[in-house]
Amino acid sequence: MATVRLSFSPAPVHVRTARLVGVAVARRAGVAEELLDEVRLAIGEACTRAVALHRQYGLSDLVLVQMSDSDSYMVSVIDRAPIEASVGLAKLPPDELADESLTDEALTTGVGFALLAGFVDDLQVRPVEDGAGTEVRMVWPVSRPQKQR
Amino acid sequence: MELSLATRIIAGHTVLEVGGEVDVYTAPRLRERLVELVDGGARHVVVDLGRVDFLDSTGLGVLVGALKRLRAANGSFGLVCSKEPLLKIFRITALDQVFPIFPSVENATSVTDDRDGGGSAA
Repeated sequence: MATVRLSFSPAPVHVRTARLVGVAVARRAGVAEELLDEVRLAIGEACTRAVALHRQYGLSDLVLVQMSDSDSYMVSVIDRAPIEASVGLAKLPPDELADESLTDEALTTGVGFALLAGFVDDLQVRPVEDGAGTEVRMVWPVSRPQKQR
Repeated sequence: MELSLATRIIAGHTVLEVGGEVDVYTAPRLRERLVELVDGGARHVVVDLGRVDFLDSTGLGVLVGALKRLRAANGSFGLVCSKEPLLKIFRITALDQVFPIFPSVENATSVTDDRDGGGSAA
């Protein structure tokens, strides 16, 4: 099993780096080429969410991204924000998306979750095992070349 | 790829051509430009996403913000997008039901009043 770990300070500028690394590892792991755009978007959304939470709570802790490619390509994005921050993640109905009362922050959060849920078939959002924080775990299938006879 | 922004006027519409990546880092620049345009008097704004190769939820939030701002000013707001990966993002978030989305700048700028979403999905 090959594992790549990346941790970055919660600044928007680093999210692009996480996307680039995540897609590079996905490609090497054997994720189908047609899924790579979705991998890029999903990793970006998960990291954007983590950065937003750290900034919201004034946390300077690093955001952790773990990528592994055992039987499938698994990416975990781990934040250190209080767990209640994850409550209320839900897809917004169309008639509420452009509602005047909806804040930009709530809109972006709702849309971000819709993208994660829409692009990742195997998605889990769960508390981290030690201390505060949430893990967003995403899994994609990999295909490897047949072994030579 | 870095964000690029270029503005031109076509048939009474202010067309903002966006290129590169629109994400949590670059979206504030897009927001600033759209606010500048509306504050400067633009009332019929079209954002051309033809050269965008990445768009995330933050970018979508900025576009919704511009839509709301123009609605409040009795203006119109439309998007030009024909790339399937981007169109899929609009479908998944249901924002294809919120924005008028046109396949070309010509289509978008030929609409004189699309305030109520008179555009057709690309």
